[in-house]
Amino acid sequence: MSAVTSSALRPLLSPALMATLKGLGILAAIALAIVLLVHSGAMPKGSIGHKVLAAPFIDMWDLPDLLVQTLWEGLVAGVLYALIALGFVLIFKASGVFNFAQGIMVVFSALTLVGSYEIMTQRMGLPPGTVVAILALMIAIATMFVLAWLVERIVLRPLVNQNEIIMLMATVGLTYFLIGFGEYIFGGNPKVMITAQLGLPVGQTQFNILGGRVNIQHLDVAAAVIASIMIAGLAFFFQYTRIGRALRAVADSHKAALSVGISLNQIWVIVWFTAGVVALVTGIMWGARSDVSFALEIIALKALPVLILGGFTSVPGAIVGGLIIGIGEKMGEGYWGPLFGGGIETWLAYVIALGFLLFRPQGLFGEKIIERI
Amino acid sequence: MMLHVSPTAATTGIAKGEVLLNVENVSLRFGGVKAISDVSFDIVKGEVRAIIGPNGAGKTSMLNCINGFYFPQEGHITYKGVRRQKVRPHEAASSGIARTFQNVALFKGMTTLDNIMTGRTLKMNVGLFWQLLRHGPAMREEIEHRRKVEDIIDFLEIQAIRKIPVGKLPYGLQKRVELGRALAMEPELLLLDEPMAGMNLEEKEDMCRFILDVNQTFGTTIALIEHDMGVVMDLSDRVVVLEYGRKIADGTPDVVKADQKVIDAYLGVAH
Ligand SMILES: Nc1ncnc2c1ncn2[C@@H]1O[C@H](COP(=O)(O)OP(=O)(O)O)[C@@H](O)[C@H]1O
Ligand SMILES: [Mg+2]
Repeated sequence: MSAVTSSALRPLLSPALMATLKGLGILAAIALAIVLLVHSGAMPKGSIGHKVLAAPFIDMWDLPDLLVQTLWEGLVAGVLYALIALGFVLIFKASGVFNFAQGIMVVFSALTLVGSYEIMTQRMGLPPGTVVAILALMIAIATMFVLAWLVERIVLRPLVNQNEIIMLMATVGLTYFLIGFGEYIFGGNPKVMITAQLGLPVGQTQFNILGGRVNIQHLDVAAAVIASIMIAGLAFFFQYTRIGRALRAVADSHKAALSVGISLNQIWVIVWFTAGVVALVTGIMWGARSDVSFALEIIALKALPVLILGGFTSVPGAIVGGLIIGIGEKMGEGYWGPLFGGGIETWLAYVIALGFLLFRPQGLFGEKIIERI
Repeated sequence: MMLHVSPTAATTGIAKGEVLLNVENVSLRFGGVKAISDVSFDIVKGEVRAIIGPNGAGKTSMLNCINGFYFPQEGHITYKGVRRQKVRPHEAASSGIARTFQNVALFKGMTTLDNIMTGRTLKMNVGLFWQLLRHGPAMREEIEHRRKVEDIIDFLEIQAIRKIPVGKLPYGLQKRVELGRALAMEPELLLLDEPMAGMNLEEKEDMCRFILDVNQTFGTTIALIEHDMGVVMDLSDRVVVLEYGRKIADGTPDVVKADQKVIDAYLGVAH
């Protein structure tokens, strides 16, 4: 009888779920402790304990509209972090290469898009508008394909089986090449993303809810929707197509993949191209919120904490990790930032990731690595 | 059990009993280590050819040369009458050479079904466009190949584990799935690296039966590395014996068994 129950329960009480429940339990206990401390008067208003542990939550409670606004902005930033990390994970899984250039690919692809639009409209005299924008988009996609092909030919193929650190250095080299080449062709000035020309929505809507106003940028909604569609599309592609199956196979075992006739070279081109398209989408969304320039590359540095959180080989990890970092960052900046005089957004992601690393060195979804000795 | 996987004999010009693969004076070095020294032997269409020898004799390295994982520094390998200087693994695969590995190399996160489906990679050629739509030609192709894979699953009696990720399977079953993946390639030459290592007696008997079935039903030529002398004597038509990278004997099981060099070098050590 008890054997039946336990085997029936096992799928429900998966280790991940158990860990989540444990985490929630700990959080609830901490919350209760804080409430008790405040109520018993042990933590008076204005004390440092009250400022750090109680006041931010009281603010959240008192101004729910601000909380919703902050969460939404965190979510949108998180989606974009997740996309950068996703491109990174794809390449790392399929070729074992730690692609330092992933962030620069975001800028480079966006720059190619905007730059070729500029050249076509200003120097070649084509009429500005959606048609030319779509043409520029196609040029950008084609450029990412050529880049993937060249990387496979010039970098991966000659260096295959080399030490990981050598591959990393090669991608550092690629980073500087892309910066130099991008500036040479398109100039170094920041450019404006062709958001409206691409048919993306601009403007915003205000919702009067929760006794206040919540501002939603239409572009942010589009970003979240497009990112979700792209992730679902990739998941489908990996799960159900022959090439998707081959990609998963290569990620699992190079020698087995070779033995069934999968060509690593072809897979690497496909993976780098896919990562390039993901970079382009990220670049469009990010560029639309600021300008397109190589200053954007700092967002790429945000991919690192996301990867630490999600594990270097996990696609779901990249997505969940991105959301956690995005939301955590905005919440931290909004509610705890003033305590530090603001500006904590730049380093908070790393602190979150480090704190996490202490408890789960393999990341959220990464496999536990037990070295055989 | 009738398998719909087509016998491969029809697809080549090599008739049963003719030389399918010829290894000529092959030498392979890793830095200072001589893994293989001047080894020659041939494999005849339709036979089961065993390669035996003590650990480190160069048996696995020899299979690696045949399927393009290693390039020998000296010598030649002629396959189906074509002498190959440097063959790459996916070229070997597309010319009909399939293999399994000494320590099982499966796609651990994928199901049994998906693992065996990867064996069909080279036989599927519908473009990415249709694959993404999962319609028309891509759907037809997927169904057609799925049918063949199901036949292999029936043949190997692994229906019960079709949807289980192979990383969760016991070792003996993993070896069987790996054989299934190789069979899905409909190979002309099947290279098996210690297919029965780490198995219990019952699993070994099953595996022997599958190997013989594959050889007899489809006429697939098999090169087999195996330590269990009983198995080698039962299964193989001819045996080549390696020691320290050199060939020390070559012939029928009975001849090899009686060879004094083999008794000294190999049988004397292992038994
Ligand atoms: N990739 C490699 N790098 C260096 N040495 C190797 C490599 N592969 C095999 N060897 C060496 O070649 C020799 C033969 O190995 P192997 O072919 O695995 O033997 P067997 O399969 O007969 O046990 C051994 O000395 C082994 O250490
Ligand atoms: Mg071996």
